[in-house]
Formats: sequence, structure tokens, C-alpha cells
Amino acid sequence: MSELVEIRWHGRGGQGAKTAALLLADVAFNIGKHVQGFPEYGPERMGAPITAYDRISDQEIRVHSNIYEPNYVAVVDETLLHTVDVTRGIKKGGAILINTERSSEELMPELNGYEGRIYTIDAKKICDCTLGQYFPNTPMLAAIVKITGIMEPDRFLEEMKKSLQHKFARKPEVLEGNMKALKMALEEVRSNSKTGCSQN
Amino acid sequence: MSGNEAVAHAIRQINPDVMPAFPITPSTEIPQFVSNMIANGEVDTEFIPVESEHSAMSAAMGSEAAGARTITATSSCGLALMWEVLYVAASSRLPLVMTVVNRGLTGPLNINAEHSDSMGARDSGWIQIYAENNQEVYDNLLQAYRIAEHTDVKLPVMICQDGFITSHAVENIELMEDEPVKKFVGSYEPEHYLLNQNEVMALGPYATSPYCMEAKRAQAQAMMNAKQVILDVAKEYEAISGRSYGFFEEYRSEDADFVIVAIGSACGTIKDAVDELRGEKVKAGLIKVRVFRPFPGEELAKALSSAKAVAIMDRCESYSGHGGPLGAELRAAMYENKNTAEAVNIVYGLSGRDLTVEDAKGVYERLSVIATEGVTDRQYTYLGLRE
Repeated sequence: MSELVEIRWHGRGGQGAKTAALLLADVAFNIGKHVQGFPEYGPERMGAPITAYDRISDQEIRVHSNIYEPNYVAVVDETLLHTVDVTRGIKKGGAILINTERSSEELMPELNGYEGRIYTIDAKKICDCTLGQYFPNTPMLAAIVKITGIMEPDRFLEEMKKSLQHKFARKPEVLEGNMKALKMALEEVRSNSKTGCSQN
Repeated sequence: MSGNEAVAHAIRQINPDVMPAFPITPSTEIPQFVSNMIANGEVDTEFIPVESEHSAMSAAMGSEAAGARTITATSSCGLALMWEVLYVAASSRLPLVMTVVNRGLTGPLNINAEHSDSMGARDSGWIQIYAENNQEVYDNLLQAYRIAEHTDVKLPVMICQDGFITSHAVENIELMEDEPVKKFVGSYEPEHYLLNQNEVMALGPYATSPYCMEAKRAQAQAMMNAKQVILDVAKEYEAISGRSYGFFEEYRSEDADFVIVAIGSACGTIKDAVDELRGEKVKAGLIKVRVFRPFPGEELAKALSSAKAVAIMDRCESYSGHGGPLGAELRAAMYENKNTAEAVNIVYGLSGRDLTVEDAKGVYERLSVIATEGVTDRQYTYLGLRE
């Protein structure tokens, strides 16, 4: 990967889309990339649509504007498909990742004529299987790493382990569940079929 | 690391004696991070949780006057609430430092990036240094006390960065090791301070007319002296960091026909536009103003002496009906220097309105028309305004 990769995240306040964007930038930085991860703030409240962005490159990043033509879009909450034009500006050859239990064929009619690649992941199911609590950003982060090819999955898991160990130094019990969620998400991200609780 | 994290990291390394602060978006994270560091025993700064920004600046003044190296952080309306005390701190010649995360002043109520808060305080007697990115705000903060505490200066310093755009953005950064920072910043040995039992003094007494004007003139002299000190400190900092700083950065502007002059995070975006246009053989350039107080008017005007057309961009509306603060001051300096370039003033990016590479290219396109036809539209315009 030598070119700039730009990612736009759509979520709702409280779901961790911003955290996922910042974590992705951190992880990419740790493997030597130039990065930028930033949120776009509006009236902040739980449940309101929020947008966050990532730029990842081998070159220095100087631009400080929002991303209008992303390579990838990650939708953390599928109810946003009805209120936000999530496919807007996606570059040719790019892709959209949607957190849903539905298939990409079922979602197609809701994507405003979008004809590019669609990936789905059932983050709810993965969270149920591994965390016991719904934190959709964890599986979404792994899935976006997988589809963008920003880094090798093994390297990603290694870096995430270090990062989570640091972040949850006082709560080591949550590490295992999070690592399981990441691994499961790497395997479960689909371009056209449903996910199952195969890791249990 | 985000811009706010970078500032907190620099504060830990500087290890000021006292930090009174009151939270306000988007600078809240700074006292929050520093409080965590104090709680974790990483730094022994005395944190004073105060009940308002007026109190934060008052407490900062008090502790600095007592002889303690002091820092605070704020944004927007928080800075506005400090207004009265800003002037008192500067005229009392207290070398305290404040990190400002720039956000527009209300209203309409908004939390996003704009320079109207610190630009409003431009005449308060504080030195003001602005940053394009996380690296610069970190580097600027490490240099702040060396400038503020210099015997030729003794003035407070504001270290500014753009709210959210850099304060909340995770970007690459090169941090210094703790030891070289401590050595560079040095310990604070105030010449006069209230807790010195061998020198009884009063601070902030009434000055009658025969003395008041002289005090203000001396304060203005300190601001003029700050120019040389800022350059000297930057040189010393370059020797330990490898990163060079001046009053402003000239980005491909030396031989440029069309030059944008701007402040802050938008400059990174404008640099990308410059590179694209240079690829198309358009002689575009950028001057990024780092130091706004003291204002390097003569130096800026000289740097613009061979340009054909100049766009001075303000992320701030000053409601003068005649343009923004950078526009007004730089055009005056260009007039004094007898610059021949056409110069227009553009207000952009208010309340976080985005500036894209395409927007910047549009400004250069306008400059190329102005260079041949002169200013045919208004001299002071808005960019990115919805019609």
C-alpha cells in the first residue's frame, strides 16, 4: 500500500465510531504509517448521527479537511441507511462495510443505486458470542482492517493486544473477550452471506 | 497522538508548578489529561480546580506573581470570560503560559474551530503563537516559557491550535525525550516575586497619569523585544529537535506569483493545493503565520515583495466591515513597505466550515485573474459561503 487510503465512519453517538476511527489510526501509526484519525463534531448527544474519518498513508499527511471521496465507508448502525447518504462519494474500486444481520443483496435497494462492493458483518452476533455486551466498534475495526488490507491480520491482532493491554491495565479480564471478537470479525466479514456463531 | 494529548504531554515534560483551569470544549481534555498524570504521580504540578475561567486566570496570575511557573488552558467563551484578567496579567508582566484551543465565540452557539477567541484577545498584551498541526503545537509549547520568562520580554504567551481539527485529531508526532526538554526549558528563577521576603513589593497598584503611559510604553517595548527572543529560542530549539521555526513559514512562496497568507491547520491543506498547482506550472505559494503577536508586519511585507497577487485569509470575522484582523494588519504593513502586489482579504472556515484543497485551488485561480485584471470584485469576501 503506497497510496493514501481514506475511510469515513458513520455511527450514532455512543456506539464508538469515533473511538474505532482513532484506534485504527493508532494501530496504523504503530506499524509505521502516516495517519490521521478525527471526528466531525455536531451537537453531541447519545444516538445522534456522527461521522469520523481516517487517512492512512506511507507519505506525510498535511491536508486538514474532511473526506468527501473515501475509499471505504464503515456504517456502524444500519438504521443510518435511511437518514444519511452513506455511499456518497465512495471512490471507484472502493467498498462499504455495514454492520447488519442482513445480506448485502437485501441491503442493495437501500443504498441509493450504489454499485460498488458491499461487505457485511453481524457485530451484534459477534459481541453476543465473545463480549456479552454490545460494543459494535470492536468487530467493525477488525472488519475494516481486513477489507482495506491496511495491514496483515496477524500484525493487527498483535498490535491490538498490546493496545488493549495498555488501555485495560486495570481490567485485564476484558482482554480475552475483545481479542476473541476481533479474531471472529476477521473471519466473519462477508461480502454476500450471513454470519454465524462458529467460534463458540 | 491528538493535539490535546500532545499539549498534555508537553505540560508533563515542562512540569509547571501550578495549573488552575476550568473545562470548556474543545480544550477540556487538556486539564483532564494533566489531572490524570498528576493522579498517577507522573508529574507534581499543583492543579487548582476553579469555578470559572475568570477565576482560572486570576489564580494563574496569583501563583505566577508568587513566583511559581504557571499554566492554564481554555477555549472560546472561556477565554472571553478571562478578558479583564488577561490585560492585568500582561501589564503586570507575568510570564505565564496558556494553551488556547481555538473555537468560535458565540453566537450562534457552536463548538468548532475559528480564531475569533484568541484574535479578540490580540490587543491584550499577550504573545500569540499558532500551530498548523499537533507537532507544531507541541514544539511551540516547549518554547513558550523561554520566550515569556526572558528578561527582555516578561510577557504571557498564548499557544494556539485549531479546535477539533488538530486538538481531537490523532496524527503522527515526534516527541522529545524528557531530559533534553527539562534542560531546554530550565528552572524558573523569577527576578521579582511576592513570596520573596527580602523584597517587599506591591503588584497591580493604581498608576497615576504621570506613570501610566510610561508603563504601557514599556510593555509595548517588551512586545517588540519579544521578536528577537522568539527567533533566538527557535534556533536553540532547532538545535535539540531538528525542527526549525520562525515568525512564519514560507512554503514555495519565494518565487511565487500568487501567495496565500493564512494561520493554522488550513495551511496543511493549502500546501497540498500549492504542490498540485506547481505540478501544473502555476507559481503558487503559501506563507503560514506562526507568530501573530508581536506582529511581524515588516518581515511579512518583505516576504511578499515579489508576489503579484496575495490572498490574506482570516478564520475570523472582526465585524469591522472591512475584513479580518490578519487582513487589516498585513495590508497596512504592505502599504508601509510599498508592496506592489494586489491584496485581497478572504474570510473562511468560520465555526468549523471546512476548507478543502479544491477551495484553496479556487483562491489561487482568483489570484491569477486579479494579477492581470486587478481586483474587480470586492476586496473583502467570504469563501465557502452557501448562497
